[in-house]
Amino acid sequence: MNTDLTQLSKQGLWHNNPALVQLLGLCPLLAVSSSVVTALGLGLLTILVMVCSNLVVSLIRHQITDAIRLPVFVLIIAGFVTCTELLIQAFAYSLYLSIGIFIPLIVTNCAILGRAVSFAAKNPPLVSAFDGFVMGLGFALVLVTLGSVREVVANGTLFANMDLLFPFAQNWQLDVLPAYPGFLLAALPPGAFLFMGLLLALKNWIDQTSARRSLLVFHDRSSSESLRNLW
Amino acid sequence: MTSELRHSILENSLKLAAFAVVAALILGTVYSVSEDRITAQRLNAERLVLNAVLPPSRHDNDLINDTFMLDLQSSEFMRPDLLGLRENSLAYIARQNDRLTALILPLVARNAYNGDITLWLAVNADGSVAGVRVISHRETPGLGDKIDLRLSDWILAFNDRTLNNPQIGGWTVVKNGGVFDQFTGATITPRAVTVAIARGLEFFQLNKTQLLRL
Repeated sequence: MNTDLTQLSKQGLWHNNPALVQLLGLCPLLAVSSSVVTALGLGLLTILVMVCSNLVVSLIRHQITDAIRLPVFVLIIAGFVTCTELLIQAFAYSLYLSIGIFIPLIVTNCAILGRAVSFAAKNPPLVSAFDGFVMGLGFALVLVTLGSVREVVANGTLFANMDLLFPFAQNWQLDVLPAYPGFLLAALPPGAFLFMGLLLALKNWIDQTSARRSLLVFHDRSSSESLRNLW
Repeated sequence: MTSELRHSILENSLKLAAFAVVAALILGTVYSVSEDRITAQRLNAERLVLNAVLPPSRHDNDLINDTFMLDLQSSEFMRPDLLGLRENSLAYIARQNDRLTALILPLVARNAYNGDITLWLAVNADGSVAGVRVISHRETPGLGDKIDLRLSDWILAFNDRTLNNPQIGGWTVVKNGGVFDQFTGATITPRAVTVAIARGLEFFQLNKTQLLRL
């Protein structure tokens, strides 16, 4: 098993990115990516939950039999999400008001359960926590990218209302397109699907061009995509 | 049933139960630790919104602690249905030097574009609007959500209005012969809010003597 940390990072951030390659967690991804602030808020919380759940799943991996694996993992993830929701409500209420209704959606992110089953259940705690971190980061980066694109296209702004997340960020709003009339579609759910599709296309295009350029094919064990696209 | 199978069923159930108990204990602990803070935060947020509907300069009491219940079943008030509420709700009393200066009534606009819009309407003792704010809504982003003060100052057009200003036919959007603006591409949302406010004022007028005695 490959536990090299650089490899793990590459997998989480690019080659096996939970949102772009595994296409997991689309429900929260599409729901909160209408602006940078909600995308970043949920992205950070997803990283937190993923690190914690991977760590705990890995710690108890020898006590778990196959029959009770899934209910116990779901229990752990849902428990962490509920704790996060309570703590955010207690200590960051303004953030809770803006992304609170989306926090339970983290449970529906099957990328978290997927990593618990396919990685944390078979690897030692620290490596698992690291895997949770890079996978969560890969997910959060896609979320923020999609959030930025949709916010610019829908409202012509970037980083609006960032003070909900960081109290010191009141003047962060950038009017990228001044006097922009707005493009409603980008803010609505269909816009999320459209831009997600474009993002997937871009990722695949980058992979193909780089594979074509280098004659030495980097053969990724978990996805034979780059190889298939070459021939 | 073989004893092996029985053993594995027993073992798995006990393990699952143990995990459930541990998880419940942890959640219970986190909840009891954060409960007080959450209530305090919620009240604080509510106070902020109440103060936005009715500025602190207009009252010297703590609105959160000066309330009365709008009971939809009792006959305490006439036509409580005018408020559109789906459940019994709290209303707030604003006082200055112990004299009632305004009331903050909860309203629900049921005929909006997408679900209910809940509002707080502050009515001065003379029956004029002191302020209105949208508390929650699910209207279309970019179209109907301009009822929210963060996105547009449309809602401020109701300040100082009364049931006679405009006359009753004017309490709708311009498109329907009223005096309040609709939004480009959205008529239903602002009309629902306008009508809800007019009905709120009507409720106040009907129960005025009783309400002012509070």
